[in-house]
Amino acid sequence: MVNYIWAGMILIGVAVAFVNGKVDAVNKAVFEGAKTGVTVTFGLLSILIFWMGMMKIAEEAGLLNKMARLLGPLARWLFPTIPKDHPAFGYILSNMTANLFGLGNAATPMGIKAMQELQKLNPDPKTATPAMCTLLALNTSSMTLIPTTIIAIRMNYNSANPADIVGVTLVATFIATCAAIMIDRWYQRLERRR
Amino acid sequence: MYALVTQLSIWAIPVLLSYVLVYALYKRVPVYDTFVSGAKGGFGTTIRLMPHLVGMMVAITVFRESGALDLLTQALRPVLNAIGFPAEVLPLSLLRPVTGTGSLAITTDLIARYGPDSYIGRLASTIQGSTDTTLYVLTVYFGAVAVTRTKYALKVGLLSDLIGVIASVCIVSLIFG
Repeated sequence: MVNYIWAGMILIGVAVAFVNGKVDAVNKAVFEGAKTGVTVTFGLLSILIFWMGMMKIAEEAGLLNKMARLLGPLARWLFPTIPKDHPAFGYILSNMTANLFGLGNAATPMGIKAMQELQKLNPDPKTATPAMCTLLALNTSSMTLIPTTIIAIRMNYNSANPADIVGVTLVATFIATCAAIMIDRWYQRLERRR
Repeated sequence: MYALVTQLSIWAIPVLLSYVLVYALYKRVPVYDTFVSGAKGGFGTTIRLMPHLVGMMVAITVFRESGALDLLTQALRPVLNAIGFPAEVLPLSLLRPVTGTGSLAITTDLIARYGPDSYIGRLASTIQGSTDTTLYVLTVYFGAVAVTRTKYALKVGLLSDLIGVIASVCIVSLIFG
């Protein structure tokens, strides 16, 4: 599906640009897009290096195992295929907590570490496991308590009450997260029946 | 409540860092050596991500700059107006799962144009705040472990984004409409 979306965006873009007579815009977009890709990656580089170092300390000190045990029932319900007390649970919990507080920058390395732990349990390293898909579902719908960036923008444009969208955002994000978990479960069941 | 959670967000990282360090020192972990050995992994992971991110960013930029996104918005406008969804917010809903910075730019533009306390301004804020960049998350997480067969993960992400947008429209029109 990613293959079709990716190729589709480029091919449709080129076709539309041709019809509009904006072919030069495509040339520019290719260079700009590639540049953005590299910039974003380098933005991640510093954060990933730092947090992966910190997480190694947490792991060696036994903090991740402690967290994994604490997390218990909820995580085991969400990720029934991961063995009990597996270090992946620690990373998954840190990832979820960081997302909840809107620390997107810190959440990504933790999610990646969780993925790498899940990959160790994967019998076929090219194919996603159900646990990986669940982790993705949790991250794409990302429960957030306070959308700080949005509040800052609303403040900039002189909103009477910049934070008055917090309540509705919480409800919407909660519904989206519940939906993500349920849809994920549904697909898991379909896969098992095959 | 809001002030409390904001403070929690500000303090979360410093407290976390200190806690990990103090606990590790108490457990006699050689913290600096351990940090360096773990941090080494960050470089390889990031470099592995670069092809994925460059590929995606090019596709997104071409689609947007060619005018294809505007065309799609125009085509869907009558349907959306019929169900009470402001067409102005459609590009945001379409781009939100694809690009975080791109959709943030659109949200800022909508807030600037219609005002932060307008229906459109509030709806845009809620949509931006309640969903995440599905395609980016998918690219980064699966790219980091080189998983290429992603099964149903994208469908789950996109469907929950759709439900997030619908939920945002319902709740915002209920409270502020």
